[in-house]
Amino acid sequence: MGTSFGRGGATTFQQDLQNADCLLIMGSNMAENHPVGFQWVMEARERGATIIHVDPRFTRTSAVADIHVPIRPGSDIAFLGGIINYVLQNERDFREYVVNYTNASVLIGEEYEDTENLEGLFSGWVKDRNGYTFNSWQYDGTNVHGASGQRESQESLAKYQGLNPQEMSKLEAGMPPKIDRTLKHPRCVYQILKRHFARYTPDMVARTCGISEEDFTKVAEALCENSGRERTSAMCYAVAWTHHTTGVQIIRSAAILQLLLGNIGRPGGGIQALRGHSSIQGSTDIPTLFNLLPGYLNMPQAQKFGPLAKYIEDEGGKTGYWGNMDTYITSLLKAWYGDHATADNDFCFALLPRLTGDHSAYRSILGMQDGAVKGYFAVGENLAVGSANSSLHRKAMANLDWLVVRDFSETETASFWYDSPEIESGDLKTEAIGTEVFFMPAASHTEKNGSYTNTQRLLQWHHKAVDPQGDARSELWFYYHLGKRIREKLGDDTTEPYADAIKFLTWDYHTEGPLDEPSADDVLREISGWDAEGKALNGYDKLKADGSTRCGCWIYCGVYKDEQNQAANRKPRAEQNWVAAEWGWAWPANRHLLYNRASADPDGKPWSERKKYVWWDEEKSQWAGYDTPDFEKTKRPDYVPPDGARREAAIAGTHPFIMQDDGLGWLFVPNGIVDGPLPTHYEPSESPIGNPVYPQQSNPGAQRFPREWNPSNPSPSESHGDDFPFILTTYRLTEHHTSGAMTRTVPQLSELQPEMFCEVSPELAKLRGLEHGRWATIVTTRTAIEARVMVTGRLRPLQLNGKTLHTVGVPYHWGRKGLVTGDSANDLLPIVLDPNVHIQEDKASTCNILPGRRPRGRAFHEFMEKVRSDAGAEVTP
Amino acid sequence: MKAKPRFPWPALRQLDGDPLGTGAAVQSHKTQAWTARTTDAKVVKSVCPFCAVGCGQKIFVKDERIIQIEGDEESPISRGRLCPKGAATRALTQSPLREYRVKYRRPYGTAWEELPLDRAMDMIADRVIKTRRETWVADHEGKPVNHVAGIASLGGATLDNEENYLMKKLYCALGIVQVENQARL
Repeated sequence: MGTSFGRGGATTFQQDLQNADCLLIMGSNMAENHPVGFQWVMEARERGATIIHVDPRFTRTSAVADIHVPIRPGSDIAFLGGIINYVLQNERDFREYVVNYTNASVLIGEEYEDTENLEGLFSGWVKDRNGYTFNSWQYDGTNVHGASGQRESQESLAKYQGLNPQEMSKLEAGMPPKIDRTLKHPRCVYQILKRHFARYTPDMVARTCGISEEDFTKVAEALCENSGRERTSAMCYAVAWTHHTTGVQIIRSAAILQLLLGNIGRPGGGIQALRGHSSIQGSTDIPTLFNLLPGYLNMPQAQKFGPLAKYIEDEGGKTGYWGNMDTYITSLLKAWYGDHATADNDFCFALLPRLTGDHSAYRSILGMQDGAVKGYFAVGENLAVGSANSSLHRKAMANLDWLVVRDFSETETASFWYDSPEIESGDLKTEAIGTEVFFMPAASHTEKNGSYTNTQRLLQWHHKAVDPQGDARSELWFYYHLGKRIREKLGDDTTEPYADAIKFLTWDYHTEGPLDEPSADDVLREISGWDAEGKALNGYDKLKADGSTRCGCWIYCGVYKDEQNQAANRKPRAEQNWVAAEWGWAWPANRHLLYNRASADPDGKPWSERKKYVWWDEEKSQWAGYDTPDFEKTKRPDYVPPDGARREAAIAGTHPFIMQDDGLGWLFVPNGIVDGPLPTHYEPSESPIGNPVYPQQSNPGAQRFPREWNPSNPSPSESHGDDFPFILTTYRLTEHHTSGAMTRTVPQLSELQPEMFCEVSPELAKLRGLEHGRWATIVTTRTAIEARVMVTGRLRPLQLNGKTLHTVGVPYHWGRKGLVTGDSANDLLPIVLDPNVHIQEDKASTCNILPGRRPRGRAFHEFMEKVRSDAGAEVTP
Repeated sequence: MKAKPRFPWPALRQLDGDPLGTGAAVQSHKTQAWTARTTDAKVVKSVCPFCAVGCGQKIFVKDERIIQIEGDEESPISRGRLCPKGAATRALTQSPLREYRVKYRRPYGTAWEELPLDRAMDMIADRVIKTRRETWVADHEGKPVNHVAGIASLGGATLDNEENYLMKKLYCALGIVQVENQARL
């Protein structure tokens, strides 16, 4: 979403789903996994909206939907691409919106070649690098900077196009230089899109997804009918879109579709990402992620080493709000290094560590396997159950020097050294494991102050109710005191490398109470920032590049507006409108519906009375509406940027996507996505069938790690006998939370869902001799697990080209600790990742299923050796 | 307190304006004096710790102990509702499996040992300093890098923004770049 619209967050908020005329829920079982948020879908239904659920399983979400379409796991892009094609072929797009608010009219350079010509690849593929260069995807006559994602440096792009770097982002009057507003030019984005998706016909969709053409057309028609001036459609997705080697491109397909239908920035429209953890959005905004600094600033890379000015040049845009990169990064450095950061020393920019490549979670685990990673912190994470190929994780942890686990109770991660399937099978021996383990009890949210950022970018403060008992402490306490201790131990005269980075760090939060708990309020105030006089800043437009402002996360700037903790606002819902601006605080600038300038037509008038949201008030000469405008408040709709305009001044009054260089929604992404400017259907890394759409089987850029402990099932499996003929997909249950560390420890929830099980159709049960309530063993080349069999019509066999395909569904909540125990589904999965965001594929892989329990002890070890040998999947160390 | 009822039996009392037997007819002096156990408890406003819907919670505290957690009807998002997980939040914080003491397993050890919190913090600080020094990378292909190759961290999606902020800030200062959380998984 960051690359299409400019920001990596849900474009809307849950309460606004009630205003949708049609809701597509796909890649999510919202009724069971976000049940309370689902009330807004039900509200929409009560108002007459059409609810569509596209999901391989029939679930409680499907049960209340008007249309349920059971597609094959991993065929999402084919399905969405089919709708895009349907919209384009039948000219059902919201033309006025598309021409004015998206990059449909922009001409792409002549060098660009599509997957249509290159058998499923785009131009720019570099085989040795296993990736693309973005040069040939650029706008004709200029380069644009990606609002997020991985950017090609401006210098290298300029060189390729023979342009002076100064000509970058050359936007005349806010528009890219070469456009065709009639959308007829063969090189305009609209026509490129039309050609790219032409082969996604209803027939192709039916053959790829395993559904009927009628079902497909019903969905496409419902979305088209419920979009336009008078009506809007919304989409909801969760991790069943992200957990693929094509995850980012699935979401891109949704973004393209919503832009074509004119549903972004409007009430009842948008894309609602449904996040699975209380602060998963927050932990991306203020990232505990390797590649980012707070506020989606990229971590500096060694390859692009240089002074701060070069970082700003490479990472910031020239136009749009990323043109203010200098103010964001300088204020962050000031927040971290305080008075030590001055203009003379580049604001201590050199003290930030540099990246040398991909340092994502799975890389660290492989580093552990190789012995390069020696110390590890698992903080409220249970990787021994929750991560793909968790068996590899447990074995890798045995190579650590030390491991710190912070959690409420002893998790499988804390106990891997004496209680794990590997200890049971003899692959690991307790006495031979040298890992030193510290289990540190954690405080719960009721025992500390702090804020969560929910799935709609809303920060909500939770107040401490009681003190934590015994040694239980908050993470705030742990990291604050760890930092203090390290600093004291090093002393002022330390000779440790880069000691200044530690010594200069602002680390003076005041502490309170008998436990010396640092003040979360203090930390939030630093995140929000203050000016030269020390007064809290009211918004990110107040940030300066001269070092006079400090701000720990620019998108959160203003959450401490007027010296008040805005996240703690709790004006009851009955006393305000459905946007509820005085309940918590939404980033950025308390805007709830993003890009809401698009809810008005180019002249600033609502598209329709029914879909009125934000509009231009000529009398007051400012934007008005139900929400904070996501636009400069007094920028007129007829504003035309003067030549040479920079920063937000270069965004025209008609361009709603203010984070983008050109202020447009990107149907075509010239910069920022590593596996192509447009989505393309590739088969999952492990698939039972060959790719029906292109000769290219699976995502060529996917990150694969063929090595000991991480073998692959042969793919497509039709090429290798009948070893792994079934599709394997994983999911969550209402009563459990991810690895179960927060729910299998709770008596009531354990009673409600006591046992690991697998879902199979009656047809598959008959085929394999599985009995309802008895045991089955599910096998991949990684491992085998056992589960109780649930024979159910919720999973249907699929018909593809005359072949019947079966799916095995497994929840992934169980492990060996807790009140209820069972085998872990994640043990079955390979580590294979999306190349953009390094997220694993665990919604679509392959498996076999056999009746009965799995072998135990040494017999299990031998069983697995045979499985791998039969599949030709042995990987030697 | 109400006047003494005319009839001694509840069944007869129902005839006196409470035909369904859901009000005064079935009350006694004892039950009239009853109040909800949350009546005089302190109410602390909170947010559900499970998924990212962000349901409002009210925590009822009596004698420094949580006695009840329920949905906050004032929340514009959840309107007072909680799912089975959210409704079990009190049980989560008071789980019989919750640990309140540091546990330590020495290298090649076969059992957990006790360790005072202060000592554990000290030992962890020592290990961070040592591994940082031993796995320090000063440069890579001729370019300055200044990061730590041998320490990684996973966690954050269940934590507060303020906690993630301190983690990222401290790790960056130490040169630790392998910092990740569930958002990736």
